[in-house]
Amino acid sequence: MELVTEILVSFFLILAGLFGLVGSFGLIKLKDTMQRLHAPTKATTLGVGGVLIASILYFLLVEGGFSFHELLITLFLFLTAPISANFIAKTYIQARVSEDDVPATGTDFGWSVYDDPPLIEDERERGQDA
Amino acid sequence: MITYALFFAFACFGLGLLFNLWRIATGPESADRILALDTMVINIISLLILYGIWQGTAVYYEASMLVAMVGFVSTVAYCRFVLRGDIIE
Repeated sequence: MELVTEILVSFFLILAGLFGLVGSFGLIKLKDTMQRLHAPTKATTLGVGGVLIASILYFLLVEGGFSFHELLITLFLFLTAPISANFIAKTYIQARVSEDDVPATGTDFGWSVYDDPPLIEDERERGQDA
Repeated sequence: MITYALFFAFACFGLGLLFNLWRIATGPESADRILALDTMVINIISLLILYGIWQGTAVYYEASMLVAMVGFVSTVAYCRFVLRGDIIE
């Protein structure tokens, strides 16, 4: 039983280490900024997930206690990773991508990267017209 | 066996931190630097939790939770500063 526990925890630790290393290596290996955005936001988040699973298993099976802290950290990281990736992509679009190259939004307003947000009074008038 | 796996994971995430430092130093876009900083924060969270496993205490969860929150807020603040020239408009 002890051997099974050790193998399980070690497996998740090594998996997490490999995923984290791949994510950080992709950051220096890939050519373009938009390509580089993929590696850390996905692989490194998975790496942290592996570390947290290993931690849950270690404290559950070896130390004999269960805590919800790891689940909280996992939830927070998995919620915030897409948001920060979206922000970084917006930063790149504003710096390097021309407004003519992005597709039309299909609404009256342009991309939020280039245009100011619509004023509240305009929205209200639009609601009355409709 | 867990000890050796822990050392392997420590080495992997430490090497990852060096890679991130290289990307921060070379750029070339500011988006690259923000991305490298964000990845650095995630790697440091992993290192903190690994250190907690190594020491066998649950104290480091609070620390890594705080690092995660501060890292997210700083990434968003940095991006907003580059995007709009101001953090809170």
